[in-house]
Amino acid sequence: MTQIDRLTQARQAGEQLHHFHGGLRLRHNKKISCELPLEPMPLPPRFYVPLLQHSGPEAKANVSIGQTVLKGERIGLGSHPGRGCIHAPTSGTVKALARRAISHPSGLEGLCVVIEPDGLDQWKKLEPIGDWNNAPPSELRQKISDSGIVGLGGAVFPTSVKVEEASEKGIHTLILNGSECEPYISCDEMLMREQPDSIILGARILQRAVGANRTIIAIEDQMGAVNQALMAAVTESGAGDIDIVTVTTIYPEGGEKQLIQVLTGLEVPSGGRPSDLGLLCQNVATATAVARAVVEGKPLIERIVTVTGNGISKPRNLLARIGTPIECLIDQCGGYTENAARLILGGPMMGYALDSDSNPVIKAANCILVLSDFDIRPPQAEMPCIRCGECARVCPALLLPQQLHWQISNQQWDETAKYGLSDCIECGCCDFVCPSHIPLVEWFRFGQDQLRSLATDRKQAEEAKQKFEAREARLARTKLERKQRMDEKKRALRDEAERKRKLAEAVDRSRSRQDKEA
Amino acid sequence: MSRKFATGGAPHFPPHATISGVMRQVLLALVPGIVAYTWFFGPGILIQILLAVIFALGFETLMLKVRKQDLRLFLGDWSAVVTAVLFALCLPPLAPWWIALIGMLFAIVLAKHLYGGLGQNLFNPAMVAYVVVLISFPQVMALWLPPTSLAGQSLSLGETLTTIFSGHLPAHLSWDTISEATPLDAIRASLATGQMVSEARMSPVFGNFGGLGWEWIANFYALGGLWLLWRRIISWHVPFMMIGSVVGLGLVGYLADPGSNPVPLQHVFSGALILGAFFIATDPVTGCASTRGRLIFGAGVGILTLVIRRWGAYPDGVAFAVLLMNMAAPLIDRYTRPRIFGQ
Repeated sequence: MTQIDRLTQARQAGEQLHHFHGGLRLRHNKKISCELPLEPMPLPPRFYVPLLQHSGPEAKANVSIGQTVLKGERIGLGSHPGRGCIHAPTSGTVKALARRAISHPSGLEGLCVVIEPDGLDQWKKLEPIGDWNNAPPSELRQKISDSGIVGLGGAVFPTSVKVEEASEKGIHTLILNGSECEPYISCDEMLMREQPDSIILGARILQRAVGANRTIIAIEDQMGAVNQALMAAVTESGAGDIDIVTVTTIYPEGGEKQLIQVLTGLEVPSGGRPSDLGLLCQNVATATAVARAVVEGKPLIERIVTVTGNGISKPRNLLARIGTPIECLIDQCGGYTENAARLILGGPMMGYALDSDSNPVIKAANCILVLSDFDIRPPQAEMPCIRCGECARVCPALLLPQQLHWQISNQQWDETAKYGLSDCIECGCCDFVCPSHIPLVEWFRFGQDQLRSLATDRKQAEEAKQKFEAREARLARTKLERKQRMDEKKRALRDEAERKRKLAEAVDRSRSRQDKEA
Repeated sequence: MSRKFATGGAPHFPPHATISGVMRQVLLALVPGIVAYTWFFGPGILIQILLAVIFALGFETLMLKVRKQDLRLFLGDWSAVVTAVLFALCLPPLAPWWIALIGMLFAIVLAKHLYGGLGQNLFNPAMVAYVVVLISFPQVMALWLPPTSLAGQSLSLGETLTTIFSGHLPAHLSWDTISEATPLDAIRASLATGQMVSEARMSPVFGNFGGLGWEWIANFYALGGLWLLWRRIISWHVPFMMIGSVVGLGLVGYLADPGSNPVPLQHVFSGALILGAFFIATDPVTGCASTRGRLIFGAGVGILTLVIRRWGAYPDGVAFAVLLMNMAAPLIDRYTRPRIFGQ
């Protein structure tokens, strides 16, 4: 298939639905958190806002201790423009810049801006773009960049980077991902049900910002009320270029690559981006953040968080500010039940366990899941692989997990690269079905880290080699040049001497001639 | 007051399957076949199964101790029991007790643990054991019984036990009177004397398709196999290709020369073909892992079985075919790697 064919097929996204390989049909468990309406969280006594909340290096604090800040004021600067700036969740005083647990998958601590609210919750001066429909797209993208928006589906990739790249490459279709395929999580469903207008608005702004012609909003077949809500919002907005597509709930169809495959039948090239197919994929919550940033001028300081699981008394969805300690959210939901056993940030398949509920809510926190004893896997011994191949059957990336596991444990790094370790999306399907209970995903994360550091080492070695060779070449060159100069000088001296000798001879000759004549 | 939690890796759900669960389901799927076997050929097979299981667990315990492995964990995986039962199902019901002992010695100690234990063995342990005893003790391994309905004299449970443990029949019986060639043997012997298959099939040991009794046992094995398919313990690729290649190739042979080739279904319902297709060639450890690899593996076993039955020195070829394909499995896997997403 040529690139042109691919683009043509990608333009027909959503007209016909396709399948992706493998995946799992999991029990949804979403209803329990959808029964109560969305509720905003009250202000906590203190906010702990981590400076690392996106994929990339930590932001730099640009506030000092004792300083008062206004709600929405920038308190952290991204290392590159547009890469993850951080804003104050409320007005108050900066009490400390402390190293604390930051709800990071690594479990490591990071720098947090500790803010004590003054209770006024006073916004900074907001600078919305009033007439976004006529504003230049670059201005819209700049606004997205300044508002600290990241992908709210959980990957927290800076939206501005994605949007800039997309608009450079040329995008025909914007896909809004509303299919939260992981069990328990319902924050996107709640958002689509309660604020469909802002999603449609965000879609139209994003569409303008990247120059796309149309938008597809992908939702799941088990989200009954959502379809109608979105339909009504589309009709009301009068936008003719927004389609709502219902996809079958199979985990992990909410993964960017899987969703694109379902909608277009195309695979995003290995190592490539959706923009290679003229597509841009954004989470629905990211679209509302964009709408709020552009139309109201408000940066990203809050998000919807699903607080759920058998370990929570009254599961529900909360609108929480970034930096709120998780324990406050738990209290708001009636506290833990007796058998709460594990605290997870994210879903049960890809989320990571936190060791304490003093961790703050971060931009990636789509779900706080508290599982009870009987929901989680008991500590169990790992058995040897029996090569049953179940892992390969469920792998959406068409990998051979059992082979990769074997290669990683034998440190055959070149082989793992050949077998596509870096194409693993860490969805955990293989891990879930493995009868030997091998923690495959942990092995693959470890392997990917090793591959990355190996690549860095190789790059450094290559650079060092190049530097060395450049130096050698330079030394050889200067040596040659010096020699040439010396030779020239010698030649010049020789010529000079010759000239002098000839002169002397001529003088001698003329003298002797004169003498003779005399 | 903040609360501390114990952490653990994702996915957090409890496991979907366990090895012991898989093995127990395989055993359960064998039950209908075993019941049918007992019904047609008497209680001898049950004693063979029991003996093989006892010896297998004994050797397994010994080897786990020698290799300093967790006894409870690995004895609890039921894999040795599956090996033992599959081996016992290949034995003549009155084979002496030491056949099971020698078989399990080779299966568990040699074919399994010396290769590194569960998951590491290159060859199917049950088939290694069967081939060892078949080649080493051909006379003992040829003492098959006719279905009880055909037998003039059938053995009681007590007599069966005595025969297995003493190696001698009760005084009033002799091997010549009670043993009977298997249908595959009968065809081979008839063909050797220049008879046609159709003439060979006149023998009372034949049923509608395969051997009398045997074909029903095969049906019940197939029933168990279909249940395993439905439970997704095994995939369809190997059984489909194995049976399919036997039917396809058998049909070609039959059409070309019906005199010396039986109808394809005769092949399917005799010997260990159905048992092999659903329970032996589907062993994940010694088979292929990729989908295309499994198709090739299954076809290979089927074709080799037919070739051995037709031209080899043994009446049935499933065990040899499985072992030969075990050797080829890593190579097949290497060349049937699926295309990676987006590449």
